Amino acid sequence: MREITFILNGETRSVNVEPNEILLDLLRDKLGAKSPKCGCDRGDCGACAVLLNGRSVRSCLIYAIEVEGMEIITLEGISRNKLSELQESFIAFNSFQCGYCAPGVIITTTELLQQNPHPDLEEIKEALSGNLCRCTGYKPIFDAILAVTEKEEK
Amino acid sequence: MSITHEFNYFRPDNLTEALKLLAQYREKGEILAGGTDHVVNMKDDLISPEAVIDIKRVKELKTIEVQGNRLFIGAKTTFTDILNFQAAKESFLLLWEAARTVASVGIRNRATLIGNICSAVPCMDSAPVLLCYDATVHTLSKAGERDIPIREWFLAPRKTALKPEELVRGVSFILPEEKHTGCYVKLGRYGGEDLAQAGLAILMLQKENGFAYRFAFTSVGPVPSRAAKIEELLAGKELNDELIRQAKKLVEEEISPITDIRSSREYRMHICKVMLERGLLVCRDRLQGKSVESLRILGG
Repeated sequence: MREITFILNGETRSVNVEPNEILLDLLRDKLGAKSPKCGCDRGDCGACAVLLNGRSVRSCLIYAIEVEGMEIITLEGISRNKLSELQESFIAFNSFQCGYCAPGVIITTTELLQQNPHPDLEEIKEALSGNLCRCTGYKPIFDAILAVTEKEEK
Repeated sequence: MSITHEFNYFRPDNLTEALKLLAQYREKGEILAGGTDHVVNMKDDLISPEAVIDIKRVKELKTIEVQGNRLFIGAKTTFTDILNFQAAKESFLLLWEAARTVASVGIRNRATLIGNICSAVPCMDSAPVLLCYDATVHTLSKAGERDIPIREWFLAPRKTALKPEELVRGVSFILPEEKHTGCYVKLGRYGGEDLAQAGLAILMLQKENGFAYRFAFTSVGPVPSRAAKIEELLAGKELNDELIRQAKKLVEEEISPITDIRSSREYRMHICKVMLERGLLVCRDRLQGKSVESLRILGG
C-alpha cells in the first residue's frame, strides 16, 4: 500500500492504493465517483473516460498510483453546481437511451469544445469515434452538440 | 477485471535511477509510458513483471522537437503531442497523417509512439512511417547508448532488438532534402479506435534523376516491412497506368497476410493493391501541389 494524493473534482483526496489497482476501480469503489463506467475494460469503448489534467483518458488503462499529484475531473465535477450547457442540450435532444455511454461522451465532448468551440460534424464524429453507443445511432448525440456550438456562435 | 498479480511500482524522476532499476530487474521489469498496451497485457496475463518502471516523470526524457534537419521523437511523445506539433503537419505530413489514424482521442492522449514500436504488434501504425523515413532508434542502458536502424528493430511479432536492460530514449530521422510528399493509407473496419486491417505508408521524392518511391506495409506480415521490389520497379519513373498495374502485381511478392478476426488473407492481399494505387495517385497529386484531404480509404 502506498498513499497517493491527487485532486478529484476540485477536492484534494488522499487514499491508500496497491500498485496493481486500476484508476477506474479506485474512483468508483473507494471514492464514490460512479459516473465512469466499465464497458470493455480495454480502452475501446470510452465509457470510463475521465479528464486527467484536462485531457480525456481511459481510466481503465491507468494505474491509480500513476495519478499522484494530478487533477481528475469526472462527470460529478462537471455538473457539481449545475448541469453544463452541453448536458442540458443532451437532455433537450433526448440524446441517450440506456445512458451507459453518456458520461464518457460528455467527458470527450467537454474536452473537444474546450479545444475547438465550433467543431463541424466531421470533427465531432472524429472526436467521438472512441465512444461507443449501442442505443441511439449517434444522431441525437451529434445534434445536441451541434445545437450548443451553433448557439454560441450567435 | 482487476490485475491479480502483484508488482513493485517505481516512478524514477531521473535517468540514472531508471537505468539502475532496469539493470536490476532486467527481464522482470516492464517499462510503463502511456500504458494503453501495457495495462491490457497485464489484464490478459500476457506479462507479469516483478517491477513496473513508470518513465513519464524522468526529466531527461523528451517529447518531440526539431534538431536541425532531424526530427526527434522522444520516449514521452504521445500521438496527441505529434498531432499538436505544428512542424509535424507542415514538414512531416506522412507522420502526422499516420498519427491521426491511431485509435481515438482518449487513447492518443496517453499512447506514445515509442510505446507503439516497443509493443511491436504487427498492426502498428507508426512503424511503416518510420521505415519510409529510414529512422534510427536510440536506446540507453547503463552500458551506454545504441543507435539501431529501424529496419533492424522489428524481429518478430511483439519482439524487438531492445535488450532487457535498455530503454528507448527516442527515435529520429532526417527530413529528405528533395521536394517530397507522402501519405498513409489505412484500412480499418470503422473510423476510430480500430486496429489496421492493412496499412501502407508511401513517401514520394522528386530527385534530379527522376522520382524515388518508398513503401512500407503494416498488418500484412509478421513485422512491418519496406517493399523493395516495388521501389525498384518504380525508381526514377513517372507513374502511368501500366506501371501501376505492374506495381500492384508485385504486392503479392511483398506481403504475407494472414486471416484473423479483422480480415481474411485474400481480402488483405486484394485491398493492399487498391491501397497502393490510391496512395500513389494521392502522392502524385500532392507533389504537384494539390491539396488532398487525408484519406482513409474504404472502412471508416
